[in-house]
Amino acid sequence: MITVTIDGQKTEVEKETTILKAADKLGIKIPTLCYNELIEPYAACRLCIVEVIRGKRSRLVTACNYPLRQPVEVRTNSERVMKLRRMNLELLMARAPAAKIVRELAAEMGIEKTRFTIDNPEETCILCGLCVQVCENLVGTGAISFTDRGPDRKVATPYDVTSDACILCGACAHFCPTGHIQMTDIEERILHSELTLGPNTAISIPFRQAIPNAPRINPDYCIHMKTGGCEICSQVCPKECINYDDKDEFEEIEVSAVIVATGFQDFDPAPMKQFGYGKYANVLSAGEFEQMNNAASPTSGRIVLENGEEPRSIAILHCIGSRDDNYHKYCSRVCCMYALKFAHLVKEKTEAEVYQLYIDMRAFGKGYEEFYQRLLSEGVHVIRGKGAEIIPAPPDESSEGNLLVHCEDTLISKFREIPVDMVILCTALEARKDAPELARKLNISTGADGWYIEAHPKLAPVSTTTDGIYLAGACQGPKDIPDSVAQGAAAAGHVIKILNQGELLMDAAYAVIQEEYCSGCKMCNGLCPYTAISFDEEKKVSVINAALCKACGTCVAACPSGAIVARHFTDEQIYAQIEGILV
Amino acid sequence: MKPKLAIYWAASCGGCDIAILDIEDKILNVAEFFDLALWPCAADFKYKDVEAMPDKSITLTLFNGAIRNSENYELACLLREKSVVLCAFGSCAAEGCIPGLANFTTKEAICDYAYIQSPSTVNPEGIIPQPVTKVPEGEITIPVMWNTVRSLPQVVDVDYIVPGCPPQSDQIADVVLTVIDILKNGKPLPPKGTVLGATDKSCCDECTRERDVKKIKKFIRPFEIITDPDLCLMEQGIVCCGPATRAGCGAKCVSAGVPCRGCYGKPINIRDQGAKMVSAIASVIDSTDPEEIERIIATIPDPVGTFYRFSLPDSMLRRAQV
Repeated sequence: MITVTIDGQKTEVEKETTILKAADKLGIKIPTLCYNELIEPYAACRLCIVEVIRGKRSRLVTACNYPLRQPVEVRTNSERVMKLRRMNLELLMARAPAAKIVRELAAEMGIEKTRFTIDNPEETCILCGLCVQVCENLVGTGAISFTDRGPDRKVATPYDVTSDACILCGACAHFCPTGHIQMTDIEERILHSELTLGPNTAISIPFRQAIPNAPRINPDYCIHMKTGGCEICSQVCPKECINYDDKDEFEEIEVSAVIVATGFQDFDPAPMKQFGYGKYANVLSAGEFEQMNNAASPTSGRIVLENGEEPRSIAILHCIGSRDDNYHKYCSRVCCMYALKFAHLVKEKTEAEVYQLYIDMRAFGKGYEEFYQRLLSEGVHVIRGKGAEIIPAPPDESSEGNLLVHCEDTLISKFREIPVDMVILCTALEARKDAPELARKLNISTGADGWYIEAHPKLAPVSTTTDGIYLAGACQGPKDIPDSVAQGAAAAGHVIKILNQGELLMDAAYAVIQEEYCSGCKMCNGLCPYTAISFDEEKKVSVINAALCKACGTCVAACPSGAIVARHFTDEQIYAQIEGILV
Repeated sequence: MKPKLAIYWAASCGGCDIAILDIEDKILNVAEFFDLALWPCAADFKYKDVEAMPDKSITLTLFNGAIRNSENYELACLLREKSVVLCAFGSCAAEGCIPGLANFTTKEAICDYAYIQSPSTVNPEGIIPQPVTKVPEGEITIPVMWNTVRSLPQVVDVDYIVPGCPPQSDQIADVVLTVIDILKNGKPLPPKGTVLGATDKSCCDECTRERDVKKIKKFIRPFEIITDPDLCLMEQGIVCCGPATRAGCGAKCVSAGVPCRGCYGKPINIRDQGAKMVSAIASVIDSTDPEEIERIIATIPDPVGTFYRFSLPDSMLRRAQV
């Protein structure tokens, strides 16, 4: 530790501490432009110039990169320093007259205008090179650098053309002290990918209310994962939480019961070419529109078109992929009501006209019909007829929309063409693509539509055919929030019952392997959908765990030597029944 | 007076008789203990001599061969009358065996092929043997061939069954010596219907090949591959009827690399060996795609001959409706 005096104040600092940091510790502000604590100081802007006095000798140094090694006295605002700083600012003003921050700093020093020649009044770059350093040393891409010499010196991509080396991380723009580098093209853009309205950040909390509510790195976007550079997040995290080596891990947990609450996936309307989803930027899926309305969305909850303007009219198309012989025959149950909610949101936030195109309005829940009536009174146009096609409107100033929705209004028996600016597709709820895989793991079944099948549609809507495994929410079928909550609570109730009981009641019907007839051919091993069959290596016979057996009879039918008997469904009983019928 | 022994062949190949002779020196015990009442294969006995015997005068009859014609049936009834113990000996008598595969066609079709269509036949006049033929000297008759082959238990009451095509000689020796022992020492007979010379388990019990979970993508015929000598044939894709076949043979075929054909008949708890084998095979086909399953099943040539080779008359099918 060494003792230094800055502007008359004494402080103790570690050896090799820069003057800038030592002054910061004392609360003394030294102006800088090109300094950033994440970057090795480059001392380009020269604004942080200070006077170092040791004995009778005095030197002018840049505070950002001057390491303190001996007890010295530093003056940050001596006459000599201020004179030079003013000079530097005047030079910077001449170089980049349009840079707001330079003008502000100059104004603080009482400089109104520069006495030097201004080459380009629009210039904002002060050639500090911070961006180049960030790109090279932090990001690790080296997509930009200083090019040309002398008065022509500038920061650019190679040959001034769009470069594939740039990974569009935006770090240069973020670090640029004068705002010279801008990322205007990327902001405010509505993208369809992964239900996000805007570019994804590499480190973020996966979704609101995520548990644990902690950020995670998306390796697809993380610069460090791509280039090995950056690591900015770990440098700024005060708690050293960032771990780049963290990998997905598999954990084995022993449990007594499982509640399957894997939900649904959104129907992808892209294959329905007539709606132009993915082709026309202002055709959104319901999920995307919902995201846009989120206050934390890139549009801050404003309902806007791709060009940032407010829509004049919006069509909401019901039953996209639902109640459709070509996709899903079932009704997705929730769309009518959220479509009405969307209409309400649009009415609340914009002046736009709203058209609802429906097949049947299914406002079945508590308070839902009332909400529908309220919407009608709010002036929402409801048209009974499914949207048939969306095409771009011919360029016409008088048109009320950029898109035309074709439909048949079945109540007036007329084909209609509705000009709108935005279309929202109420996409079907469908079973997750990976549902069958999980079903195999859990020994539960999926129906024709892919939804998990409950033990009984009326009497056991929460249980499955496998004891201890319960269903909750939309994984079992399209469901709204109150229904999902109810089923979740019911599933939890079942589980609590099991956990407290400590024992399981089982059916009297189950299969038994008669040891004396089993030859251990292992034909039945691997057939049991409930993994109840194992092999006794000592006795060389197969064994059925009666607690797991569901008496499905698969092994009974397969057992070639007739050693497996299904209790209460023995061959003798079945033959007797057949004989009884035939006699 | 020594107890009497009758050995008869109905519709059979003669293999069972040879298997009896194959018990080597123990045949001397048989000769020493029994008087032979009838053994057409080995000595010249006349049916009328048997007919002349009092009822129940033959202590043991080993009846091999299926019931294929009127002569088989008459002798079955005759020997039942004259015997204390009637034993269905060998697969033909017990369950119909190879002659029983005739039940998939008709008597007429068989005669047509055998006497007219088959390439080796020269029969320009198209003569098919008739039960009664008139000749100048009078009428001559031959037994009437039945349309359906039956097993012995299907036509007369049978006391015991010795399975196998043919029964293994060591098993025969055991059975014969046991019977002699019982008769000599006045021990009670085993309960009626007992299967002698076999166990209650299946052929797999005697097979020494390593077994694991079976998943079959394609059925392979034995000539198509060189089999792994230590691995279950079924797991190698070869249809082996061992799992649905009674043990007792010592798994001789399987240990020689040939799949079990099922000659020892259905295990104790099974009613229909072929159906059970089909059910078992179907459950280990490794696919859920109906088209692929069809393709896999199509790789089994002659399913009937494979699964019902020995047991068709005794099965629940009995015969085809033609």
